[in-house]
Amino acid sequence: MSANQFQNPVVRWIDHRLPIFSFLNHEATEYPTPKNLNYFWNFGSLAGISLVIMIITGIVLSMNYTAHVDYAFDSVERIMRDVNHGWLLRYIHMNGASFFFIVVFIHIFRGLYYGSYKAPRELLWMLGVVILLLMMATAFMGYVLPWGQMSFWGATVITNLFSAIPFAGEGIVTWLWGGFSVDNPTLNRFFSLHYLLPFVIVGVVILHLVALHRFGSNNPLGIDTRGPQDTIPFHPYYTIKDFFGLSVFLTFFAAAVFFFPNFMGHPDNYIPANALQTPAHIVPEWYFLPFYAILRAVPDKLGGVLAMFGAIAVLFILPWLDRSPVRSGRFRPIFKIFFWVFFADCLVLGYIGAMPAEGIYVVIGRVATIWYFLHFLLILPILSVAETPRPLPQSISTPVFGGSGAMAGAAAAPKRKVE
Amino acid sequence: MAASKTNKAALVAEQKSRRDFIVVATYAMGAVGAGAFAWPLIDQMNPAADTLALASIEVDVSKIAEGQSITLKWRGKPVFIRHRTKTEIDEALRDDALDMRDPQVDSDRVQKPEYLVVLGVCTHLGCVPLGQKVGEVRGEYDGWFCPCHGSHYDSSGRIRKGPAPTNLEVPPYSFLSDDVIKIG
Ligand code: HEM
Ligand code: FES
Repeated sequence: MSANQFQNPVVRWIDHRLPIFSFLNHEATEYPTPKNLNYFWNFGSLAGISLVIMIITGIVLSMNYTAHVDYAFDSVERIMRDVNHGWLLRYIHMNGASFFFIVVFIHIFRGLYYGSYKAPRELLWMLGVVILLLMMATAFMGYVLPWGQMSFWGATVITNLFSAIPFAGEGIVTWLWGGFSVDNPTLNRFFSLHYLLPFVIVGVVILHLVALHRFGSNNPLGIDTRGPQDTIPFHPYYTIKDFFGLSVFLTFFAAAVFFFPNFMGHPDNYIPANALQTPAHIVPEWYFLPFYAILRAVPDKLGGVLAMFGAIAVLFILPWLDRSPVRSGRFRPIFKIFFWVFFADCLVLGYIGAMPAEGIYVVIGRVATIWYFLHFLLILPILSVAETPRPLPQSISTPVFGGSGAMAGAAAAPKRKVE
Repeated sequence: MAASKTNKAALVAEQKSRRDFIVVATYAMGAVGAGAFAWPLIDQMNPAADTLALASIEVDVSKIAEGQSITLKWRGKPVFIRHRTKTEIDEALRDDALDMRDPQVDSDRVQKPEYLVVLGVCTHLGCVPLGQKVGEVRGEYDGWFCPCHGSHYDSSGRIRKGPAPTNLEVPPYSFLSDDVIKIG
């Protein structure tokens, strides 16, 4: 659609000089999208909305929060008790972080199952992993801000991870702290970075979307779209579907905020930070548990740290580990089994991360950690050559119209509404 | 004719290599300048002068009964001072000869055998080990136990079991008199 096709003269005037409207029209309205997307494709837009929710609530929380070791805890309690609607804003922000991770984890497993990381979407996938890393850094630093016991000891343990680096380690940790322990300088810089990083995420999300729109969405069949008969315009079909998904998401979100606001948190974080006493059982936020389990599975300090970062690093190189030309797990009978085993393995790691590091938990944690890496480094590369995939449909339209292969070119068939 | 052509080519080549030099030199200067400007941005995160100037602390250890410990705060970190019992000292000396992860004899870790002074910071990831208060778990070696990931320290503060790589650190300290210790 060219600029002069807009009805409104003001829009037309602006668009001629700043083609923002044609850009949006092209990328968000006409944007041809595979017509067979299932509900797992809702989670991208949900992630974007979660980010917006976090930024809005974060900005208003900052108006009432004090980043100083003597006042931080009390300022959060003041937000909870005295600031108008403060409890609501904080509970949305607090639970929003958890829901953000739920959404992003589902989004990632969707990609893993349907092979969305494969050519030509490798960079799209890698940008996603960068977003995950930035989210983890942001959430970690945010959790330090209320300056409770878990804030303090979580910060201590995680920053100490860097002391495992040979030679420079101690210096790096002192540099991160700005002192000799987690203290006021640490809290201040964490607040500064916690404010900054979400906006960096916005930037990477934009790159993620540019990369997405280059080739369009993958789809449950994992085959390329072959023309207009395979696609529908994004608006109104997927905008309405995304809104429906959003309403379901917000229902669960609201239920958590209003009825179980502390379910995913830890009670010890309502005890003010005490540098002289570690809580008996420290655990990170639930979304870090699988990685925490991997950290503890290795009986060596540096080894544990490397394994933990390695767990994310393998995601970066995944497009080159799984070389099977077939994207979707639907047509890969053996991959499908290993996918679910891997999924279960991640849940086991999450459970182990929450348990004390002793006895049988250590053993299970080690087995699950080894499996995590085996899946990426051995099983996927072997399956790429050893597995015989089921035959792929000729096009997206073929199975949708239920016809034989001969129907593949049925471009003239009337456009049907999605699903 | 031919000769002047080669001259011209040589001239161009020479000009080109001069140009290259100027370009490389400019980039190099730019990089040095950017680095010089980046350093203050990075170094501002290191401990500030007032943080470094944290005073040392003095403590009268005669008040600590045998078998008891106290915890002090120094540079934001806990310091453990333990008035060791005869048994604890004997255990520490007996184990001197054993194979350890971070081998050190007990006499290198104390100035007076009765008083063990160590940082109460687990050398794994920085939790405060248990064992200071009466009734707390003290691990399998009669010293401290770190609940975070299960490190056991002996009665000399040496790492004996678990993920921590080194012994509990001995901070710089001196006896000002028979009873008073100055830490830092
Ligand atoms: C990627 C987006 C974000 C994530 C995942 C995130 C995560 C978190 C988490 C987990 C907490 C601790 C909640 C608690 O236990 O109390 C927190 C606190 C906080 N965050 Fe964020 N945050 C995000 C964006 C932002 C932004 C953009 C700002 C400011 C502009 C902000 C400002 C704050 C403030 C002031 C607090 C302390 C108040 C409190 O603890 O409730 N956050 N954040
Ligand atoms: S911090 Fe003490 S064992 Fe990990």
